[in-house]
Amino acid sequence: MELITPGFGLIIWQLLVFIALMFILTKYAWKPILNAVKSREAAIEDALHAADKAREDMKNLQADNAKLIEEARKEREKIVSAAQSAANKVKEDAKAEAQLITDKMIADAQASIEAEKRAALAEVKNQVAEFSVEIAEMVLRKELSSPQAQKELVDSYMADLKTN
Amino acid sequence: MNATKFFSLRWVTACMLVFFTMFTAASPALASGGGSEEEFSAKDLIFHHILDTHEWHFFDGPYGTLYLPVIVYSQEGGLEVFSSSNFYNDHHEVVPYQGYIYDHGHITHEQYGHVYDFSITKNVAAMFISFALLLFVFLSSARSYKKRGNSPPKGIAAFFEPLILFIRDDIVVPNIGKKDADKFMPYHLTLFFFIWFNNLLGLLPGAANVTGNIAVTVTLAIITLIITHVYAKKPYWSHIFNPPVPMALKPMMIPIEVVGIFTKPFSLTVRLFANITAGHIMILVLLSFAFIFKSVAVGALSAVVATAMNFLELLVAFIQAYVFTLLSSIFIGQAMEEAHH
Repeated sequence: MELITPGFGLIIWQLLVFIALMFILTKYAWKPILNAVKSREAAIEDALHAADKAREDMKNLQADNAKLIEEARKEREKIVSAAQSAANKVKEDAKAEAQLITDKMIADAQASIEAEKRAALAEVKNQVAEFSVEIAEMVLRKELSSPQAQKELVDSYMADLKTN
Repeated sequence: MNATKFFSLRWVTACMLVFFTMFTAASPALASGGGSEEEFSAKDLIFHHILDTHEWHFFDGPYGTLYLPVIVYSQEGGLEVFSSSNFYNDHHEVVPYQGYIYDHGHITHEQYGHVYDFSITKNVAAMFISFALLLFVFLSSARSYKKRGNSPPKGIAAFFEPLILFIRDDIVVPNIGKKDADKFMPYHLTLFFFIWFNNLLGLLPGAANVTGNIAVTVTLAIITLIITHVYAKKPYWSHIFNPPVPMALKPMMIPIEVVGIFTKPFSLTVRLFANITAGHIMILVLLSFAFIFKSVAVGALSAVVATAMNFLELLVAFIQAYVFTLLSSIFIGQAMEEAHH
């Protein structure tokens, strides 16, 4: 049964060859290859992580941008509304002032018109009084030109006095 | 899975042998057909091919054989080195040389009797070739890695990298664990590629049957055994010498566990040896049909079937290398387990 009887010499050679093979390959092949594979895997992993991070950053950046835009929009709205309200206020104020001025002018005008009117009326009254006096003078001169008329007047006064 | 493979190969071989015996027995023409010519013996042919020899026979004729160096040692005779061609005379008959007697691959001495035979036999020579091939392939791969840095591998390295990663990610890491995987990768890689390369080289015409030799497989199994026990942790030893069974059963269990230490390498040894040898025997049996029946038709058919078998053997070459490596990593991993499950 030579087939299943291990040969002594072959065992020794096999040991030598296998151990030599293992040491040489370990030092010059397996370690460099496994290290290279490992470093490549690490590089790939790093690259994937970096890509993920970049994507994340991008997303954050986009979110930031959106936020900024939103803020800017709000700011603008605020400014616009502030400006609008300011403008409105200015307009209101101007309107109010204008109203005031107008009212005052109207009131002044009215007052001056009133004063003019009164002055005019007073003058008219004075004139009328003057005219009346003049007319009365003229009438009196004419009426009392006769002694008859003078007598009659005195009589009437007298009558009035009497009744009083 | 491996068991089925193992048995199916053995089964097919057995069927072939039965078939072949039936035919030889049933045909008296064949039995008497030899006449004065040298009788063809399939058994001799097959054993000549699968056993180790001291010369490398490629083809018949004056230049078809490479005589390999014989290295023998005995206390009386000391170390002697000479060519194995000295064992043959001009008529190619085996003759003794300087008292050394060569008998079917065994060397003894007329006076000293047993001698240690360290000859560069066919298997040793084939092993040297695989050694050189493995060094060439993997050293040049390693060089290509150095040159290419982190860029993907190319050429020979690109071919072997998936296998190296397969051994790391599917054999060593799952069985031994990520933490210790780096320490055991070199052994498993060397083991896998040594077995695979020798399995494949053994399929070449005229090549040696290295991994189908029990001395080779037993050596590999013993290396696994040693590594397993060097790195074995406490639970492994306590499981053997203090098995978790009632006190009364311990005297029975401990011997069983101790035997269990040796059944693992034994199964490794026999599995690889038997699978590869069975494959070789099967191909040789198929090819022998042509000479047994002395028929061209049978020869054509058996050549076709033997070719198919050769393709199957390519697969077996890989599977057996894988299984040996896988089981080695499982044995080492089990011995290294920290806590008991």
